[in-house]
Amino acid sequence: MTKRPPTPTPETQPYWDGAKVGELRLQRCADCGDAYSPPRPFCPACHSRDVRWFKASGRATLYSYVINHRPRADWPRQPHSIAIVELAEGPRLVSNIVGIPQTPADLKIDMPLQVVFEKLSDDIYLPVFAPAAPSVTVDNP
Amino acid sequence: MKRASTAIVGAAETTDLGVIPHLSNLGLNADAALNALADAGLKPKDIDGLACGYLNPADVGEYLGIYPVWTDNTSVGGCSWMIMVRHAMAAIEAGLCKTVLITHGESGRSQIGGPHYDFALPGTLADQFEYVYGWSGAATMFTLPVARYLHEFGIGEDLLAYPAVVQRQWAARNPRAARKNPITVDDVLNSPMIAWPFRRLMCCLVSDGGGALVVTSAERAKDFPHNPVYILGAGEAYETSLSGVARVRDPLRPEFIRTSAELAFSTAGLACSDIDHLMVYDAFSHCPLYGLEGLGFCAYGEAGDFIREGNTAPGGRLPMNTNGGGLSYAHSGSYGIFLMQEAVRQLRGTAAAQVPDVKTSLCHGWGGFFSACATLILSNETP
Ligand SMILES: [Zn+2]
Repeated sequence: MTKRPPTPTPETQPYWDGAKVGELRLQRCADCGDAYSPPRPFCPACHSRDVRWFKASGRATLYSYVINHRPRADWPRQPHSIAIVELAEGPRLVSNIVGIPQTPADLKIDMPLQVVFEKLSDDIYLPVFAPAAPSVTVDNP
Repeated sequence: MKRASTAIVGAAETTDLGVIPHLSNLGLNADAALNALADAGLKPKDIDGLACGYLNPADVGEYLGIYPVWTDNTSVGGCSWMIMVRHAMAAIEAGLCKTVLITHGESGRSQIGGPHYDFALPGTLADQFEYVYGWSGAATMFTLPVARYLHEFGIGEDLLAYPAVVQRQWAARNPRAARKNPITVDDVLNSPMIAWPFRRLMCCLVSDGGGALVVTSAERAKDFPHNPVYILGAGEAYETSLSGVARVRDPLRPEFIRTSAELAFSTAGLACSDIDHLMVYDAFSHCPLYGLEGLGFCAYGEAGDFIREGNTAPGGRLPMNTNGGGLSYAHSGSYGIFLMQEAVRQLRGTAAAQVPDVKTSLCHGWGGFFSACATLILSNETP
């Protein structure tokens, strides 16, 4: 069984190129400073086209989640989380929480997380999040 | 209360509801349309405006023998047909057309004909940033903020059970409802887990069916067979992309609900205290909570208790989802048309679970996963 990998477009290709080399890449507006996701070649806050890719810290917190007890046909047959994570840089993303039992007792709201990458195909490495090691949980963005 | 410009003069659902193996999406649209036109005493030649969702209105027009000079094809999720009412109101006020048919039909259970919506086609942002994380239908996406809602407001999972229990009390009074047997909070909490914290009985039905409305000017509305249902106020607002639930600006107090409500209340010149009857789109049991709070009927974090205390139940002071709702009546995937059908029945005095003396009804619906919403205020009176 193989999870269906996503199909990048020219606007999103740098994001997936980053993931393939272990970087979570975001874009930031050079004019207003807004950091945003998903990728696009302009700033959604001010419409400046002067936007720059940068490597995000990969740090996040668990904003909210469900535990999906009826996984899709292309997924393993075990309950799995689908989460909203809040990145240290601001944007919130949908993701999975991995490396921890998939139960409400273990998945604690606001728990610190760190990005890791799950290989879906030779070209696609999916950013997902694991509990952060204690040493990276204390500082501010 | 301000004077209404337009009214609903025809309203009907599909002949059957639930499992309809002999009709496609297009066929269900047509069945609903024929029933609504018959209800209004109209023929195809009387319709000059046509609104439908996802299907091409030119295709639906030709199938029905209707030659419109105005169409609307708003397709932003389940509340689209409510938004079409607002757009029809504007078109009639502007003189673009006189009599609008709004039609919906959806083979949600049997999946006959098309389109059957694939919202995450390869190459879309939804495919790359949401579907890829195991999105397994609305139950795993529309529900995403709820764990935090429970956490921040200090609410137990049992408060997600009460909407289902209370709406089943309404459904028990409605022969057309799909599920009528009484249920308890324990029944809901012990039903199979779908996507924690959501159990099966907290999730809507999956049905075949549809409905249609006929909208015209308030001036002409008195010449139809049924008493008019005036459209006093209407609002619509957008928050994020269809599956962009992670990007809702405030997922616990979403701004777009307040925006849509304010548009509807200000157009109507009414406030929450003027509303006799409420319909809130309940794809999942948290939806009525978000509706009650965002519309201003309850403070944030208090709607669960409001429902638990029986305020929205039969005999309560704010009857809500009196057909049984998407949880117990029917839900074809897009539920907006069904809210309005029940509001019209209540205002005509013909509902199965009729509430006494209903003069105003508010309908609030969603599109996508907190992507779009719409609010309508309807009445059987106008100044
Ligand atoms: Zn900017």
